[in-house]
Amino acid sequence: MDGLQPLIYDIGAPGRIGVNLPEPDVPEAELPTELLRDDLPLPEVGELQVVRHFVKLSQLNFSIDKGFYPLGSCTMKYNPKVNEDAARLPGFAQLHPLIEEAGAQGALHLMYQLQRWLGEISGFEAVSLTPAAGAQGEFAGILMIRNYHLDRGEGQRDIILVPNSAHGTNPATVTMAGMRVRELPSNDQGNVDLDSLRAACQGELRDQIAGMMITVPSTLGLFESTIHDVIDIVHEAGGLMYMDGANMNALMAVVKPGELDFDVMHYNLHKTFSTPHGGGGPGSGAVGVNDKLKDYLPGPVVDIIEGEDDSGAPLYGYVMPEKSIGRIKAFQGNFGMHLRAFAYIRVYGDTGIRDVTRYAVLNANYLRAKLMKTYKLPYPRYCGHEFVLEGHFDDVEEVHALDISKRLMDYGFHPPTNYFPLIVPEALLIEPTETEVKEDLDAFVEAMESIAEEARTQPELLLNAPHTAPVRRLDEVRAVKELILCCAPALPAAGD
Amino acid sequence: MSYIPHTPFETEQMLAEIGVGSIDDLFDAVPAAYRFPRLELPPPMSEMEVASAMLAISEANDHAGDYAIFRGAGAYHHFIPSVVNHILLRGEFYTAYTPYQPEVSQGTLQATYEYQSMMCALTGMDAANASHYDGATSLAEAVTVALEITRHKRRKIILSHAIHPQYREVVRTYHQGRDIRIIGDRGRGDVIDLVEMLDENTAMLAIQYPNFFGQIDNIAALADAVHEVGALLVIVANPMALSLFRSPGELGADIVVGEGQPMGVPLSYGGPYLGYFAIRQKYVRKIAGRIIGETLDADGKRAFVMTLRPREQDIKRERATSNICTNQGLMALSASVYMALMGKNGLRRVGELNYHKAHYAADRINQLGGYAVDASKTFFNEFVVSCPRPVAEINQALLLQGIIGGYDLGQNYFHLEDHMLVCVTETNSKDEIDRLVEVLGGLS
Repeated sequence: MDGLQPLIYDIGAPGRIGVNLPEPDVPEAELPTELLRDDLPLPEVGELQVVRHFVKLSQLNFSIDKGFYPLGSCTMKYNPKVNEDAARLPGFAQLHPLIEEAGAQGALHLMYQLQRWLGEISGFEAVSLTPAAGAQGEFAGILMIRNYHLDRGEGQRDIILVPNSAHGTNPATVTMAGMRVRELPSNDQGNVDLDSLRAACQGELRDQIAGMMITVPSTLGLFESTIHDVIDIVHEAGGLMYMDGANMNALMAVVKPGELDFDVMHYNLHKTFSTPHGGGGPGSGAVGVNDKLKDYLPGPVVDIIEGEDDSGAPLYGYVMPEKSIGRIKAFQGNFGMHLRAFAYIRVYGDTGIRDVTRYAVLNANYLRAKLMKTYKLPYPRYCGHEFVLEGHFDDVEEVHALDISKRLMDYGFHPPTNYFPLIVPEALLIEPTETEVKEDLDAFVEAMESIAEEARTQPELLLNAPHTAPVRRLDEVRAVKELILCCAPALPAAGD
Repeated sequence: MSYIPHTPFETEQMLAEIGVGSIDDLFDAVPAAYRFPRLELPPPMSEMEVASAMLAISEANDHAGDYAIFRGAGAYHHFIPSVVNHILLRGEFYTAYTPYQPEVSQGTLQATYEYQSMMCALTGMDAANASHYDGATSLAEAVTVALEITRHKRRKIILSHAIHPQYREVVRTYHQGRDIRIIGDRGRGDVIDLVEMLDENTAMLAIQYPNFFGQIDNIAALADAVHEVGALLVIVANPMALSLFRSPGELGADIVVGEGQPMGVPLSYGGPYLGYFAIRQKYVRKIAGRIIGETLDADGKRAFVMTLRPREQDIKRERATSNICTNQGLMALSASVYMALMGKNGLRRVGELNYHKAHYAADRINQLGGYAVDASKTFFNEFVVSCPRPVAEINQALLLQGIIGGYDLGQNYFHLEDHMLVCVTETNSKDEIDRLVEVLGGLS
């Protein structure tokens, strides 16, 4: 079967090697033959072959460095190159995680500052940098809420309210923490339906409400005008409020979630704070909390262990919060992401951070204003950093959001997020970010307008798209049915 | 304005299109009392300033670029061929998102599929996912999978005390909301003691290979004993050791997890690392995280796509077994490039270099008065040394001589006070090892 690029296992020759290794400079020890494996079925390719293989693969990808990537809820902003340089400095890249604290004062200082800056940006008392991704930050947050209630003798509080517009990670997190989800409907404004919320919080379940998870601005890109009421209703029932910080790019220096009375939130350093998405990861999902929850943070967190010495530098060290939910990953978090976020905040500083949000919101509203002329805009009001369109036309029934998305590839754009949030039919969730220039936004609008025109005149152009991408649409059913997950030669199996 | 490209003229044009007078007018929905808080942050910096600030901070660390390092304990200083970083710095890879749109993500998809394949080769398993956060969380996810496979009818999880202490902590954090018992790691028992804990209520038994002390336990009969009671055998394996030693698949493991950092990922103070997760084909539908599979496009061309998607949180929501979304994709790419470069022959040689150098170091240290190496079992590139003085004291003296010493085992194991876990890799030259031995000798 021919593909775009041969598999690594299909190139090379027996005995070939892609790296130049030294001879041993010590006497050779006797190898324990009976414990050794007979075969190591890895590829045998030369160095240049490996380089070309992966360079060719890279060229099959779309990326931010290549073009406009308006993927809603993912905040695909420019990933500054200087941060990549910083991450590769030997003092960071070659620093062992179990080094004595005295030998890691640079790293600890950086983490301490980042904890404080993130706390300042969101109005929270304390921050832990340990979670490896947004979903892990959510998990930490919900475990904290759970343990908070347990400590107060209210272990029966095990229901977390989740709006039906939520990211899938929210309900999955609740289940993972051993708690129960109760889904809340949205009203016609896309906000949480207050009557349903009141019914849940003031009815017979009142004493079982542990809290609520909500994204602000909502996954529709809208700031809920009733957010205060939502928070009050849940607090009155004895629940705590979790804010999904995925959309923090719409809030920086605009409002502090802590001041709105949220109890806990996670940040996505790989969205808001520019650390690269890496084709799926790594992320970093720091969590911030108020006074109620700070003793429950996942650890370790960085603190000042001894005050300033004569040279003016305090001694930083690790502390496990008193009632910590525990360690959520080995070592102390995705430090490589912490240092990039640190450099990013340092560049914008006190006067610049608000501009990130201001221009992200400007770009989104500009696209919204232009595209609402051609596409149906279900919530016609100012949006935050992203907005939802309906990706279908009443007069061309066969064309769906998916077809518009695939056709955008032919115009050189990455498609928006589609079919999310679930509460909008044929959703196209568009998030331009602040780093895009007006010319590119205009080109995107033109492409969307052409596609709307094509939908009416030549719908097959959409239905069969993409035409110019490296591959056409894929047979996803076949992938599940055949389930080919590995191309390595099989090893002789034992005991099975 | 740093990374924001707007000119004042363009901003005006855009505002006119939207129909507002200023950007700030777009935030009317935010309650006025809370709108536009002042932030206590340092002032902005230019690129030049931030680059030198980062350099200064990085140099306030004792790192393996300046010191000879003999510390491992779950994070290893290995040689990384230059090609790995050059591939990683391709913007097409690191500035791409998760491959939800496969037509424009075939690079990430095929590279990840190849990563899965090479992890299968190394571990002797049939299938691997696209990654978890790290070795510890991979083990925690293995517990979930074992509970799923045994249909939540079994409540006992047996963990060897010789699994990385932090991994065991993470397992407990992950599963504190569940009605299960995690046992086996409070004592200091050998593998044989774990076997005695097996019963019909056991969902899984996990050991580390080589164990936290660098040793290869005798596990020849373990898989049979575990399978006899219907439980799963989970092996936490250092992939670098699998270059030499029998694969966990050969030893009868059902799930193999671990830290992929030794395969081309720098120390980076503990992250980002790479949790790998490999499993027998019959259980693959139970696992969490992204999985890449082969298929065809509309023209019949081979292509790759994320598959078995209905397991995942964005589709299954509260019925998903894990909330994982973002993973460690870029680190999986590092491992992929690393394994491709090393290949069948190179990886074996790196493994041997580790083995020879560690054994040379162990022999020499064992000859020093006051020091004794635990040679009761075969070890790979780490070994336990009992020391004549507190490890912290020894490490302080070593540091003054430009050496980062071993890990102080007394921090986690009461019975191993004054015991050091020494790690020697292919990056440690004979000179460095001799220097280590000399300084240790002076401290006896």
